[in-house]
Amino acid sequence: MSLDDTTVRKIAHLARINVAETDLAPLAKELSGILDWIEQLQEVDTSAVEPMTGGTDMTLNWRKDAVTDGGHPEKVLANAPESHEGFFGVPKVIE
Amino acid sequence: MSDLTKLSLSDARDGLDKGDFSAVELTQAHVQAMDSHRELNAFITEVPDLALERAKEADYNRSHGQAGALEGLPLGIKDLFCTEGILTTAASHILDGFTPPYESTVTANLKAAGAVTLGKTNLDEFAMGSSNESSYYGAAHNPWKKQGDPRNLVPGGSSGGSAAAVAAHMCLGATGTDTGGSIRQPASFCGIVGMKPTYGRCSRWGVVAFSSSLDQAGPMTRTVRDSAILLSIMAGHDPKDSTSADMPVPDFEAALSGDIKGLRIGLPAEYRPDNLNSDVAALWDKGIGWLKDAGAEVVDISLPHTKYALPTYYIVAPAEASANLARYDGVRFGLRVEGDSLDDMYAETRAVGFGAEVKRRILIGTYALSAGYYDAYYLKAQKVRQLIHQDFVTAFENVDAILTPTAPTPAFPIGENSDDLIAMYLNDVFTVPASLAGIPGISVPAGLSNEGLPLGLQLLTKRWDEETLFRVAGVLEHAAGFSGLPSDGEG
Amino acid sequence: MTFLIKGETETWEVVIGLEVHAQVVSDAKLFSGAPTDFGANPNSQVSFVDAGMPGMLPVINEICVEQAVRTGLGLKAQINNRSVFSRKNYFYADLPQGYQISQFDLPIVGEGTIILDMPDGVSREIGIERLHLEQDAGKSIHDLHPSKTFIDLNRSGVALMEIVSKPDMRSPDEAGAYLRKLRSILRYLGTCDGNMDEGSMRCDANVSVRPVGETELRTRCEVKNVNSVRFVMQAIEHEARRHVDVYESGGEISQETRQYDPNKGETRSMRSKEMAHDYRYTAGLAPEFTDPAPDDAASIWIGSDPNGARAFDGTVTIAVYDNQATFDPCSVHPDGTANGETVRDPACDNASIEVRWENPTKNTDGTPLTDLAETEVYFGTAAGVYESSVTLPADQTATRVDGLKIGSTYFVSAKAVNSQGIRSEWSNEVELTAAEAAVALGYKRAGPLRSFARRVTQWAILRPLWRRTVYRTG
Repeated sequence: MSLDDTTVRKIAHLARINVAETDLAPLAKELSGILDWIEQLQEVDTSAVEPMTGGTDMTLNWRKDAVTDGGHPEKVLANAPESHEGFFGVPKVIE
Repeated sequence: MSDLTKLSLSDARDGLDKGDFSAVELTQAHVQAMDSHRELNAFITEVPDLALERAKEADYNRSHGQAGALEGLPLGIKDLFCTEGILTTAASHILDGFTPPYESTVTANLKAAGAVTLGKTNLDEFAMGSSNESSYYGAAHNPWKKQGDPRNLVPGGSSGGSAAAVAAHMCLGATGTDTGGSIRQPASFCGIVGMKPTYGRCSRWGVVAFSSSLDQAGPMTRTVRDSAILLSIMAGHDPKDSTSADMPVPDFEAALSGDIKGLRIGLPAEYRPDNLNSDVAALWDKGIGWLKDAGAEVVDISLPHTKYALPTYYIVAPAEASANLARYDGVRFGLRVEGDSLDDMYAETRAVGFGAEVKRRILIGTYALSAGYYDAYYLKAQKVRQLIHQDFVTAFENVDAILTPTAPTPAFPIGENSDDLIAMYLNDVFTVPASLAGIPGISVPAGLSNEGLPLGLQLLTKRWDEETLFRVAGVLEHAAGFSGLPSDGEG
Repeated sequence: MTFLIKGETETWEVVIGLEVHAQVVSDAKLFSGAPTDFGANPNSQVSFVDAGMPGMLPVINEICVEQAVRTGLGLKAQINNRSVFSRKNYFYADLPQGYQISQFDLPIVGEGTIILDMPDGVSREIGIERLHLEQDAGKSIHDLHPSKTFIDLNRSGVALMEIVSKPDMRSPDEAGAYLRKLRSILRYLGTCDGNMDEGSMRCDANVSVRPVGETELRTRCEVKNVNSVRFVMQAIEHEARRHVDVYESGGEISQETRQYDPNKGETRSMRSKEMAHDYRYTAGLAPEFTDPAPDDAASIWIGSDPNGARAFDGTVTIAVYDNQATFDPCSVHPDGTANGETVRDPACDNASIEVRWENPTKNTDGTPLTDLAETEVYFGTAAGVYESSVTLPADQTATRVDGLKIGSTYFVSAKAVNSQGIRSEWSNEVELTAAEAAVALGYKRAGPLRSFARRVTQWAILRPLWRRTVYRTG
């Protein structure tokens, strides 16, 4: 499975990671190497196998419908790179 | 090294109980050890003042008959655990300045038992790595060196800082996390005991997530007994983690009976490839002999899908990571690199904030989940994972525990494997299958390579059977009689 | 009642499917213990889970599951015993985790039905495709700062039911009837308050057209987030006519997301194609739905599970709402339950209520209000629960509802809407008793204005709000 620069550019955009144009080709080569190695999974017959989606087969815990949290906006905002009047701030989104 | 840092965690506990020394003295000794081993870069953040303050409280509590199970025992905390009021970095630039307003359940459990936190230990960035070289804060160093070779070695990873700190007697024990071997492999490299519990045994709440279906916290210590003591406190049901097991935590220390007569120990053929490192192979054979001598029955078994475990892992873990690491976007915490638009800000922040290996894994994961490739990669990997799990289920119908090497090689020099990604990934070849299956595993230091580097042997049991795991590990530890301190550990 | 668009060359049929996002009535959020109240101070109803802080894990709120099941029963739908949550990955400032926990494969509720009683006496059966649970996003506020967007995460993580119809509707009227019926069902069951103007019920309309007689579906466009029944109907009609125009002038419709502008009476494209692709909404078997994480991907079980997983203990024994009934107060059930046939109350059709009011004159900041556009008057049979509304032009200051039951009590409140579509807070609520239509109703000024304080948030002060008075009978 060989990735070209265009595909890497697309994935990088989906993942919101800037990749310089000059880095696309070497990155494509690295990723292709990993994917080639992963390709051996296709040898395995999994036609009758249920996917394993988690690390446990135990029943998940649920929560009661009780308000047990919130009320601490200062803690929510404490680590924010930018905040204004109780809001997080980001560059203006033009819709 | 002062005498107090030579103690095991259980001996230190007993010494405190008897009043042989105070928690403050014990803590001071370890703070000094941190100072004198700073070249190992084992800690990202040290909090000696907090530690001494806590130690004073511990002495007070003990004198008032209110000592917790770990009262006054100094520990290192992998910097993947969120600690309230203490910088938490995951060894990533992108978490610059992040001071959590909350405490992870595991570290809260340790605190509640009276433990003293010395600081936050180094790791591979977001726990992605097997050598600690991907840390934004620089590689941690293994306290061990090859005989006659001055080069610094990696401590393994991702819990490399914890392993180095424990091996160099900077703390009595440390927390680690294991996603594909991140506790067991560095334990093997540094000559300590590293234990990964059953998935769901320790709460993941407050542990920076890498791969949610694999991540599991566990103890890193110098003895099996210490491992059992720490796990008893770290483990337990947490309603804030829906995958945390709602079942009682056994007294693991009590499981160390020393008696394994009649237990059946499986030896998987697939873990002995033709090119297996000869020191590793020889040590494995010794280990088999020790368990036989102790009365266990040794059985050849097959785990037929073993060779697919690593490629499966390198789809499942990056896919989960690509979603788990989407929250690092410069909006609510950590690093922000300004951009003209929101998207520019995201892409710049994440380009600058993540290191090369983290980016690679996010991109692989994004690709594996993207249009047209989901079935071929992610779904396929989940199905192969099921087969790997079934291999173990079948094996444990016939055996009580499995014995394998922990890592395919001893520690290697810093920089040696950094150009060959697949070679680096192969470090986890023996540890990843158990992670995928969610079963517990432990690495016990069992001997030295011919270059004088420590090597571990790994034991595995079925889910929730940590008691058998500790029981066999105790016997293995006793038989191996591993006592080698790191070459510079006496300094 | 057939709705067809006569074009230059063809007569066109409209095909409509609706996706309704209904906020689940619950005290706490879908995966955290933070409250769900509307209108609190910014970021004050946010747990670290909702803020996507490192290491935080979701744990599902059992009531939200129960409410979804209850709604499914009300829609006569299949309840899936095993249901799976997945992550839908995309980046947006008000999506803190970088993904929405939603459901793709195995939603909680499968296929069901809503029966519409159209005014012409015809019943129409509209299929329900699925109902699933998902997290709401936070709120982006663009108008408080010249170069910044502000983010409030109070909504982040609130439970939504996404209720997807089959493309079974053929006219704006049917779409309107569907929404009103669905809203009635949700309110009856107590699973969603159905207030479209507060955003607790939002509608996306999928619209396509085809020449009468053609059987294949043509490309559809999705008109997003329309916030009143009337606007949904208008938006559908505008969008359908746009499709007809495009086809008849030889063009093609491309699948996209559009926004309805009620002032201009048109829909416009919301995102470029490239952006739409960013959101990864394109693929059929959407691979952006990953189910990697046990936290949110793991199965939940409802009902008896052969593997012994948690049984939903069967206590969801609610009265199954027969959705042939309506909330017309004149419909009564002879056996006193919501089941069974309904009959028309003979006392109906003889009474009416009439409401008059004065238009507001000032914005909340004290500046004169110059662009009042409409008044929305809401009616209900219980305090604070409004089952129907009328929207009236600004120059109309009274309205009358006929055909009511003598002696029944109705609750009325109103909102003013300015030309930007921004609504005022609720007016005070008046309680009216329907009287014989012939009786002349007098009016007097109501008491003091209902306090706005609870809803006036820090940011809201910066936004225009209107005060209004409502006169009540007496």
